[in-house]
Amino acid sequence: MIGTVVATQKHEAFTGAKLLLVQPVGLDDTPRGTALLAVDSVGAGVHEKVLIVMEGRAAGEALGRKGAPVDAAIVGIVDSVDVQE
Amino acid sequence: MQIARVIGDVVTTIKDENLIGIKLLVLQPLDPDGNASGRTLVAVDAVGAGVGETVFFVRGKEASFPFHPTEVPTDAGIVGIVDQWHVER
Repeated sequence: MIGTVVATQKHEAFTGAKLLLVQPVGLDDTPRGTALLAVDSVGAGVHEKVLIVMEGRAAGEALGRKGAPVDAAIVGIVDSVDVQE
Repeated sequence: MQIARVIGDVVTTIKDENLIGIKLLVLQPLDPDGNASGRTLVAVDAVGAGVGETVFFVRGKEASFPFHPTEVPTDAGIVGIVDQWHVER
C-alpha cells in the first residue's frame, strides 16, 4: 500500500469508500507490474502489505455493493508469507 | 482501477445504439508519480469528466455498470475525478 486518493466527484458506489494506491510485489517484495487503485474493505494503512483481488465481481462483493463499477479491492492485511521452496 | 489524465475526446457518428449519448474520452494512464505509464485508451465517461482532468477508471465489464440497465459495450469507464493523491514510499 503506497498511497491514498481523494476524489469528490465519483460514482455513487464509491461514496464513503477508501481509495488506496497499491503496488503489487513479488515474493521477494520487489515491485511487480504497475501500481493500481483499489477500494479498501479492511482498514489498511500506508506501508502495510495487503491482499488484493483484481476482478470485478470479487471487488464489488468486498465493497458490499452489488453492481459497483470497481475492478480491484483490498481484502486482507498480510501478517506473513511463508514459502517452502 | 487506475489513475489517468484525460487527453482527448472521441466523436463517432456510426456506433452501437447503446453508445448513443455517451461521452468517449482518451485516457493516458499515470504512474503513482504522475508520469505517463502504459498505452492510451478510450473510456466511457460516467461522471462528467473533461479534457485536462485527472480521473480514475475501471477496466472490464464493470465499466458499463453505471449505465445499468443499458448494456453499454465498453471495456473501460471513468468513475471518478481525482482531487489529489498522496504517495508514501
